Amino acid sequence: MRALTWQGRHDVRVETVPDPEIVNPRDAIIRITSTAICGSDLHLYDGYIPTMRAGDILGHENMGEVVEVGAKSPLKKGQRVVIPFTVSCGDCFFCKKQQYSACDNANPATTSDMSETLYGYPMGAALGYAHLTGGYAGGQAEYLRVPYSDVGPIVIPDGLEDDKVLFLSDILPTGWMAAENAEIEEGDTVAVWGCGPVGLFAIQSALIMGAHKVIAIDHYAARLDLAKRLGAEILDYREVDVREALFEMTGGIGPDACIDCVGMESHGLGIDNLVDTAKAHTFLGTDRPAALRQAILACRKGGRVSVPGVYGGMADKFPIGAFMEKGLTLKTGQTHVQKYSQKLLEMIGEDKIDTTFLISHHASLEEGPSMYRHWHDDQDEYTKIVLKPGMERVAA
Amino acid sequence: MDIKERRGNGEGDALQRALVGATAVAAAAGAALFIGSKLRSGRGEPWISDAPRSTRRGRNSLIGRTVTIAKPAQEIYDFWRDFSNLAQVMENVERIDVIDQRQSHWVVKAPGGSTVEWDSVVTEDEPSRLIAWESTKGSNIRNSGRVEFLDAAPGRGTMVRLTMVYDPPGGTAGRLVAKLLQREPAEQARRDLRRLKQFLETGEITSSTSPSGRRSESPAKQYI
Ligand SMILES: [Zn+2]
Ligand SMILES: [Zn+2]
Repeated sequence: MRALTWQGRHDVRVETVPDPEIVNPRDAIIRITSTAICGSDLHLYDGYIPTMRAGDILGHENMGEVVEVGAKSPLKKGQRVVIPFTVSCGDCFFCKKQQYSACDNANPATTSDMSETLYGYPMGAALGYAHLTGGYAGGQAEYLRVPYSDVGPIVIPDGLEDDKVLFLSDILPTGWMAAENAEIEEGDTVAVWGCGPVGLFAIQSALIMGAHKVIAIDHYAARLDLAKRLGAEILDYREVDVREALFEMTGGIGPDACIDCVGMESHGLGIDNLVDTAKAHTFLGTDRPAALRQAILACRKGGRVSVPGVYGGMADKFPIGAFMEKGLTLKTGQTHVQKYSQKLLEMIGEDKIDTTFLISHHASLEEGPSMYRHWHDDQDEYTKIVLKPGMERVAA
Repeated sequence: MDIKERRGNGEGDALQRALVGATAVAAAAGAALFIGSKLRSGRGEPWISDAPRSTRRGRNSLIGRTVTIAKPAQEIYDFWRDFSNLAQVMENVERIDVIDQRQSHWVVKAPGGSTVEWDSVVTEDEPSRLIAWESTKGSNIRNSGRVEFLDAAPGRGTMVRLTMVYDPPGGTAGRLVAKLLQREPAEQARRDLRRLKQFLETGEITSSTSPSGRRSESPAKQYI
């Protein structure tokens, strides 16, 4: 089959690779109909995530048609399914608590040593990400092996086209969980750093959950415009002092909840961020937490900070004083996708949630490498790219 | 059905691959890393913590690892007590022949494609509580171990605690070398217990075997 493979920093290529096979009885194989490029794929593209290996197939936001099933898969050939990016067994302590992204069994025994060393406990697993999280091939390809296919895949009813449901794989539940972790109450103001796909869905979710006001922070005009259309007030952090602006816009109280949808590759103008950038490039430290620092400083006393943005290593100058003295609550984590699948699918079916507004580009799989380049270089115009392996190549 | 973990992703070079061997219970094959001393040795030392002695700081001849498995103790004990089952979850065990109620014969993969073999005898056996074993007197690979099945918090299943005696030749340096070669018994024990947990909880041994753009690898190839 054809597949988009990671070869190194800023180097992805479409290559012919072996087709996936059923390995375990609970497996299924799907023919990919849509697969999106994620903001977190940029961390791989930029070489910030350790344990990638040349040749790895990318892609964790996948959907398609079931073409093959193992002996214990309940799926049927021909069914349309969206695949959560988290691999979860459904049987362990964590899965039973619906903490699916913390699954204790999905990361193979040989790859889970790395995260046990790095983080103290073996991590869960994800499709199309680094070997730290299992080394599973992703779905930016013609076919995908889906482990534990009785737990993850969401069967899509006829009549809902791919673009409406594809983001159930990651960014929609990720935005939803980010808002849920912000524990929104009536009258709350929620500030959201980063208006990429997850940020936009977090804004949408916060408003659905009853936030009185959402304030969105970014510097890309097109993304801020999308946030405004969802109903948020917007801030360009290059124009204003964010903390002061939030202070003023909340009458001196501060946002009740702050959501960092930026993560480790934060832009930002502060001197601390310049130092972090230098460190990241020399691999002395890995994460640039400019948005997180700002969120902690801007958050009201007793407020909540929710972090869906991806961090991988250590961060300097975490404002622990402000965090403790103000009595903040911090909630974070990779998304427990399976926990939210059914509810969000229903809301999509009832037109309570629209996810299609985000998609700026459809492209063939063969155009993948140029799409990664655009996604990296031109985040203003490219808000979300969906690759369609079945699609004819359009002139690049 | 091949329930051995199948992996498609080669890790490390050929030399390392050749040197990687041995399983938790087997320890480093070809070298007598284990001593035959009984696990009770050292129990006289002062110890005020409630933690297992294997967590002791510094040089420690005890290897220990505890894993919680969401199954009743009886079920896990039954699986373990039929030693022939262990070959399914222990990476480098080729097969275990059960000779009688107490004795079994172990065939373990060693570096370079060869195997090492020894006889093991059960020294303690309390159904659904514990099993202890040691290699028989004539074995050139000396080892002893015990597995205990402890009640976890209500609803969480069973804590499975594996303890083995380990005294590497060359002391700390020997242990470091063993670690670099990924044949350190503690690491093997950790991985084997993870596979045991996967198999008993999910019915499969988790595998990320999948295609890649590394042409030298076929999807089903094992790399250790
Ligand atoms: Zn994603
Ligand atoms: Zn699980």
